[in-house]
Amino acid sequence: MREAVIGRSLEGEAVSAGAGLSFRDVGYSIAGRRLIDGMTVDVPDRGVTVVMGPNGAGKSLFLRLAHGLIHADEGAIRWGDAPVGRSVARDQALVFQTPVLLRRSVAANVDFVLKSRGRASVEMRETLLRRVGLTGFARVAARRLSGGEQQRLQMARALATEPRVLLLDEPTASLDPASTAAIELIVRDVALRGVKVIFVTHDVGQARRLADDVVFLANGRAVEQGAAERFFDAPRSPEADAYLQGKLIL
Amino acid sequence: MQGFGEILALAFDLVLSGDGDLAEIVWLSLRVSISATLLACLIGLPLGAVLAIARFPGRNAAIVLVNALMGLPPVVVGLLVYLHLSRAGPLGFLGLLYTPTAMIIAQTILIAPIVAALSRQVLEELHAEYAETFRSLALSGRQTLAALLWDGRFALVTVALAGFGRAVAEVGAVMIVGGNIDHATRVMTTAIALETSRGNLALAMALGVILMMLALGVNAAVHSLRLTATRWSHA
Repeated sequence: MREAVIGRSLEGEAVSAGAGLSFRDVGYSIAGRRLIDGMTVDVPDRGVTVVMGPNGAGKSLFLRLAHGLIHADEGAIRWGDAPVGRSVARDQALVFQTPVLLRRSVAANVDFVLKSRGRASVEMRETLLRRVGLTGFARVAARRLSGGEQQRLQMARALATEPRVLLLDEPTASLDPASTAAIELIVRDVALRGVKVIFVTHDVGQARRLADDVVFLANGRAVEQGAAERFFDAPRSPEADAYLQGKLIL
Repeated sequence: MQGFGEILALAFDLVLSGDGDLAEIVWLSLRVSISATLLACLIGLPLGAVLAIARFPGRNAAIVLVNALMGLPPVVVGLLVYLHLSRAGPLGFLGLLYTPTAMIIAQTILIAPIVAALSRQVLEELHAEYAETFRSLALSGRQTLAALLWDGRFALVTVALAGFGRAVAEVGAVMIVGGNIDHATRVMTTAIALETSRGNLALAMALGVILMMLALGVNAAVHSLRLTATRWSHA
């Protein structure tokens, strides 16, 4: 495995790719359409990695492949030394763009995940709800919450698994600015606690606010990756440069 | 011949008088149909859940078969159960023919496919919605099943009530295996058939009124459940 320095942690130290997520020549097709095409990318094991790119670039597929929800047709995906799979997935949590909440109360939604990991307790539930700003909503039916509240509940459920890696698939795509700010605050808090965050977004402003490093995808390939500051100041690929200037990428 | 209004009035008088024979028939009908519904749920719910979640060779054929069995003709089920429980049949030694147990068996066979097919549909739709989230949470099959059954509980109770509705209104199978014996296996539907043939229309209509009230009650319960589910955002 390549050991090149490709990212940096929250403390600013260089991080080698070998300890994090690596894609090697990964391909994935649906109905003969090649959606991920020979993707090779390394993601450091610390900090917030933002995955950017235009619609159809393969951002959500990248996340699902990394989490093992779908399987690559070719190539290799590894987390450190371990191939992606069920045991690796148990250390991760995925927050979907559209929350899928159980037909239960807010408290029962969190309890469900805590119980599934064998650590249900009222204290843990209350701590999680406090962390996402849903104290006082415990008895409310989850599906009665607003979009932003539902997304925060999904965050609480994800954090209930005590993940080492938190994957987020455009979690603020349809939220108002206040809800977006709340989610970003939670993400920063999670990252500061040492959880690796991989955040998919097409919002350049959000990427600038959150990213320690960036992976830029276009047409199913990783066309650029690197530290956030360098990426936003001087993108190396024409695709990323055009995207940051707000141009259409065809 | 009495007029329809007169028959209806006599029927209501019978219902309100608390007639002992009538109460006995109603009680046996409920006992048989509720027992059959519970047994059908014990068989049909797990079967429906397996068909909804599991992927195995022949699954589609199994779904088609279960769906087809929803339309089982009651008299054919009655005949098959009769052949098995009659003295010459393989289960004749049990001595169950012309007993409420035989009627419960026949009704269970009739409504288990209904419960299985409808619960499969309910759970499959729920599973499609939850599947990615559950896989992401790395839940076991048992945890997935338990969550689906709990979250689908309102719809599944509706399924059970649909099964009960079919059982309590069924006449062909219970007539064949129960024999419509007075004070032993006479239920509402078989009594209606008998009393109509005897010309005792008031009693037949009284039983009909009770049956319709039961159907109304079942539908009201289903509607109320749906409202409750919507109120709690479970729908």
